[in-house]
Amino acid sequence: MSLKTQANIERPDDFYQELIDLHRDLSEEQSRELNAKLILLLANHIGDMTVLSEAMNAAKKDIEAK
Amino acid sequence: MLNTYQYPEFDYVQSEEQKSGTVKRHKAVIIGAGPIGLTTALDFAKQGIPVVILDDNNTVSIGSRAVCYAKRPLEIWDRLGVGERMIDKSVVWKVGKVFRDEELVYQFDLLPEDDHKIPAFINLQQYYLEEYMIDEAKKQYGDLIDFRWKSKTISLKNQGDHVALQIETPDGVYKMEADYVVACDGANSDTRKMLGLDFEGQFFQDRFLIADVVMKADFPAERWFWFNPPFHRNQSVLLHMQSDDVWRIDFQLGWDCDPEEEKKPENVIPRLKAMLGDDVEFELEWVSVYQFACRQLQDFKCGRVFIAGDAAHQVSPFGARGANTGVQDIDNLIWKLKLVMDGKAPEKLLESYSEERVFAAADNLLNSTRSTDFITPKSAVSKAFRDAVLDLASDYEFARPLVNSGRLSMPTPYIHSSLNTPDEDTFDGKMVPGTNCADAPVNVEGTEGWFLNHIADSRFKVLTFNTDPGFKKLDINGIPCDVIVVGKDMLDIKNRLKERYDAKDGTTYLLRPDQHVAARWRTFDQHKIETALKRATAQL
Repeated sequence: MSLKTQANIERPDDFYQELIDLHRDLSEEQSRELNAKLILLLANHIGDMTVLSEAMNAAKKDIEAK
Repeated sequence: MLNTYQYPEFDYVQSEEQKSGTVKRHKAVIIGAGPIGLTTALDFAKQGIPVVILDDNNTVSIGSRAVCYAKRPLEIWDRLGVGERMIDKSVVWKVGKVFRDEELVYQFDLLPEDDHKIPAFINLQQYYLEEYMIDEAKKQYGDLIDFRWKSKTISLKNQGDHVALQIETPDGVYKMEADYVVACDGANSDTRKMLGLDFEGQFFQDRFLIADVVMKADFPAERWFWFNPPFHRNQSVLLHMQSDDVWRIDFQLGWDCDPEEEKKPENVIPRLKAMLGDDVEFELEWVSVYQFACRQLQDFKCGRVFIAGDAAHQVSPFGARGANTGVQDIDNLIWKLKLVMDGKAPEKLLESYSEERVFAAADNLLNSTRSTDFITPKSAVSKAFRDAVLDLASDYEFARPLVNSGRLSMPTPYIHSSLNTPDEDTFDGKMVPGTNCADAPVNVEGTEGWFLNHIADSRFKVLTFNTDPGFKKLDINGIPCDVIVVGKDMLDIKNRLKERYDAKDGTTYLLRPDQHVAARWRTFDQHKIETALKRATAQL
């Protein structure tokens, strides 16, 4: 597994708050647009297709499990 | 509507066999005289094989239709003697631009390299292309190519050692037989239905309006694609220059439109005025509405019938993958049929047609489906990602390669083909076994020319660099193979062969009659060449 799944963000609460604040007062459509852009920016930063595929699968697996 | 082109009408002539009521056995019958059927006829005739070509109509394509022709099919037409005339008449281009609103977001160059004879792309109305091939057929092969206009195939059946057909003409129905049939009768192929073959794939719920417009305009010879332009909001538009001041404009219409209404000039003209402005004078030449599909057969061979072109595979038009792939189907098939007809290769070789071209069609389908998903997103999330890519592309370089307005047709190397001999030596570059040969400027016997024109006679070639084996020909189980020594028989005047084939002294390539690499080594070894040729003709 190339995808890091151990805690890797130094101040998790700060990150989480910024993420939620980012969506404040946005419509669902605007939030979807924002998320899409964020995913594309982060995906390009990561660049490694193996990591990206693992992340996509990990995200989906959780949804299917529910 | 205006006509910049005079459509020829070909005379229907009752065939001798229908007149006399005798059932004749033909070596090869082609169904459909469109771009693919005509290419088939020329390739058969070039190999000396007489053919009958049937078409239910008696003129060329109505409207510009296919329009964009790519480098590889043009190389094939050049091999068949018609490429130069097509290029001379056409608009040559290689740059594509993608706009969003009014802003340029992405640009691509399809042929960044020099020293190729054939350009990356040309635009030419399909009727010219067909007319030139018919001219060539009549001029060069009048005795080999038997055109039968107004001849509709109404039944077709595999009968073990032949195919039985029934043909309907203005004089009634007659029977004929064929050793082999090539079905090039297009997307709505009756032949495919008669054989009971089904497509796999999907239809897209979107429609496009195509207009051929005659005007004097100063757009450059480039492919321009707009997402959400001010003159056609929430949809896309494509613009291409053709010859004779004819311009091709495609408008995305969406699914909730009435195609018959949209085709009416009173509805088309306002769309064009919105795009071109009120002061541009133009006239409509041809209008059509299409819905597109991405689907293919799982096998392109059914007994003694070969299915090619749109009859075998359909893709969305963004990428010019329709006619361009069909021509490559034929390039792949005819040399194999010739060897089998001559008893020099086993029937098994014909199965590799389906193996190699189904693989290529799947690659085309994948590319075409991806483009279509970008241009016509199927869900709200898919649309959100598409719009996000377009938004980001104006500020960030990384998003530009994600913009997909059609990835333009490139040949698919047959990298997994059973005809290939896998590399045992180390090579760099693109010329892996199964790949179509790169062109290069060469000098042969004091005359400058192009490499591909020197390997264009549908025979196997051995290309060896700076090592003279001392003989010019090999005969391998009756299959002739010419030896070309680079540095002696052929001068690599700009070192492009060396570069493109990653050649060192002794490097040796075995090339197929369709100008594809079958095998390569770092040394000349006659035994290995013989084995590789046997593999490339399904004798192993």
